[in-house]
Parts: sequence; C-alpha cells; structure tokens
Amino acid sequence: MPEISILLPSVLQPLAGGQSVLTAPADGPVTVASLLDAVAAEYAVLGRRLRDETGALRRFVNVYVGGDEVRRLQGLDTRVSPGQEVLVIQSVAGG
Amino acid sequence: MVRMATAAKHLLAIGTKKGLWLATSQDRQEWSFTGPHFFMAEIPSIGIDTREGRTRILVGVRSPHWGPTVAHSDDLGETWTEPDQGAITFPEDTGAALERVWQIYPDAESRPGVVWAGAEPISVWKSTDGGEHFELNRGLWDHPHRSEWGAGYGGAAAHSIVVDPAGETVHVAMSTGGVYRSLDGGTSWEARNKGISAYFMPDPNPEFGQCVHKIAADSAVAGRLYAQNHHGVYRTDDNAENWKSIAEGLPADFGFVMLTHPRREGTAWVVPLKADGERIPPDGKLAVHRTDDAGNSWKRLSTGLPEREYNSVLRDAASVDTAEPAGVYFGTRGGTVYASADEGETFTEVASHLPDVLCVRAAMVAGA
Repeated sequence: MPEISILLPSVLQPLAGGQSVLTAPADGPVTVASLLDAVAAEYAVLGRRLRDETGALRRFVNVYVGGDEVRRLQGLDTRVSPGQEVLVIQSVAGG
Repeated sequence: MVRMATAAKHLLAIGTKKGLWLATSQDRQEWSFTGPHFFMAEIPSIGIDTREGRTRILVGVRSPHWGPTVAHSDDLGETWTEPDQGAITFPEDTGAALERVWQIYPDAESRPGVVWAGAEPISVWKSTDGGEHFELNRGLWDHPHRSEWGAGYGGAAAHSIVVDPAGETVHVAMSTGGVYRSLDGGTSWEARNKGISAYFMPDPNPEFGQCVHKIAADSAVAGRLYAQNHHGVYRTDDNAENWKSIAEGLPADFGFVMLTHPRREGTAWVVPLKADGERIPPDGKLAVHRTDDAGNSWKRLSTGLPEREYNSVLRDAASVDTAEPAGVYFGTRGGTVYASADEGETFTEVASHLPDVLCVRAAMVAGA
C-alpha cells in the first residue's frame, strides 16, 4: 500500500523510538488530523508534544504539507495524499 | 556533571526557565549538582514527596514549543517517567487545555499517595497515586466566580494549595481571584478574602478578585495562615474568615514569597520587594525577613547576601526544609541560589549564573 511519510525534528525523535521518519499506509488522501491521531496512538507522548488535549496544534509547532504550513491551508483538515511528505518543524521562537 | 552521592541527606531542586538542576548534600554546606535536566524547558513547579520511605521528585515541565507535562523521578533524577497520556490533562467537556503547572503539593503523611496540583488555566487537581495521574477538581472548575477571575502578569493560575494535615480543609490562592477555602476536602469552595486589599479595583475590598501572591499555613497553630499579597502581608487566625495586616516592620509590603517553619509556631519568612512598579529589593539590598511572633515583628536577615541585587524572587523560588534547624533556600531571576542552614541567620551562595530561577524546593532525602 502507498505510504505517507512524517518527518520529525531531531529533538522529537527519541519519542518515536529514535526514528526520523514515520510512515503511515494510505490508499487515498487522509487529513493531517487523522495522521496525527495515528502518530499519537503509536507514540502517545509524541502526540502530546504536537497537539494539546483539545486536539489543537501547539502554537509553536508547524506542520508542512507540500511545502505549505497547514495553518495557511485547511489546518488539521488539510488532506495529504499517498506519496506526500509531512514535515513537523518547530517554529523559530523563544529566548 | 557531578554524580550524586548515594547516601545524600539533603536534596535541593532548582527549577529554572531553561531546565532543572538537582543538588545533594550531607551537611547543607557543600552541594553536588546534576543538570540541566529537561534542558530548554522551564520548570515552574516541583514537589518532593518523601512519604512512604521514598523520595519522589515531581516536576511541572513546560516547553514553549512542545507544551506542558508532569514527570517524576524516584532515583534523584537519574531517570524520569512521564505517563503516556499525561498526568494532568483537561477532560474533553471542559474545552480547556493545560498551559502550565504552577504548584505540586504532596499531601500529609496521613494521606500517602495524595498529591495536589495547581495549574493554568485556574484549576486544582488531585492525584491519589503519587502524582502519576490527576483528576480535575470540579468544584473549583465549575465555581460561579470563574468568569470574573483574572490573570496576573504571569498568567491565570491556582498557585498555592494548603491542605490541613488533620482535616478536610483546603485553601487555594489564585492570581487573580484571591483565597478560596473548602471545608469538605475540595468538593465546594468559598472566597475568603475579608481584610485583604485589592487596591487596584474600584472596590478595594471585594469578596474576591484579590491578587494574593502566596499563602502558607502555620504548622503549629490550626487555622492560622499567612499571605503575601500584591501589596500587603497578612495573617488569619480563624481559618481565613478574617485577615489582618502584619506588614508593619517590613521595608516593603510587596513581594511574592511566603514560607513557614515546618514545626515552630509563629515563624514565617518573606522576601520584600520595593513596590508594584519597581520589583527589586528595597534600595537594591536583598534581604529575607523573618518573624518569630506571627508577624508582630520582623527581623532583617542579610548575612551572606550580596550588597546589591536588582533581581526579584518569584513566589515559588523559595523553600524551607524540615531539618533542625530549618533550612531556608531561595533563588533570583538572575540565576543565583542562596541557602541557609540556620533559619536565615546566614546565607551562602550555592549556585549562580543559572537561568531565571522559577521554583526551589528542598527536602531531607527519605531513608538517608
């Protein structure tokens, strides 16, 4: 089955068993929310780092699909097609 | 990194804006440090639970990127455990999300396993499994005053929890909202702020809305508590029914810290800051003030402290231990931590150049 790849920043990789890329089988487009649900089901702590308990993406977590940050698309309802990559990147913030 | 001595007697935990440092000591003079733990995450709350012959360190952790969580260690920080689903998460029906854990408070010896937490948004939580899972206190969450509670500069949080070790009374302080009291173990809550000024409100004596910065209970006198307010230092002798000023004799009535002695009646410590608008020690001279008579008089304590200090001391960046004589510890937003092994008579600098100190907790290690 075709797959969708989720690329993690190095700081989060220990929460995914050291993996830099997670893959999710998909036979058609799926939403970013459902992808993150699948991540959380497998790696619960990682899931909580990305979204709060209301399901909202944390403020300084950016998720890119096809080069665009999902907040500029349809948010967590943005659809991802098999073969696409989803990038998780922490925003430039802090002090 | 210095490895901790296995038979250490004293533990000092320092939560900062960029991680946690742990220090152990045999004599409260020489300290061995490990850290930073949770590097680049702030540690605004620490609870050291020494009940049942075990030393469990609980920490509220908050990353600006990855959010808040609670972790614990039973081996003095060698390893940390974080429950998969999170120790504190808001139930779905609240529509709320945890922002920051401000307080972790192990209950009395007689209630092993019970740990309380205060959080932002304003909420109180209770665990019965040593802090691994907490339940939201619905009585306070659903309180009719909630919509009128405000946010202090640091956020809207329940930051102080005081539980009567012998009964069912619980006091909570929040910024802003003031003191709330439960007589039934947390089922129902009533505002108890009579006598505490809210000078920043149109009515300076409201039922609630005060900005109480910290409360602490007198360990030897039932029903007596002390409060450091946003201007004003107070005491109650009737379980918070009435508060009266005990600020006379202090160089300033502003500050964040309120500590009480682990055993002795009438003994409390504050760290005065000049004013609301100038949050520095008065004249830049850092000093702790101690009362031994429940606030009727105060003694200035500055031996060992620097001549000039322009950093403030935050509400949880101070602690006492249970040793004899009691130890007093505090840290500044400039990253310096001071310790006294003689109840504040003399201080020594135990750490410096750390990130802003947000929380300090000290304890005697269980079983040592």
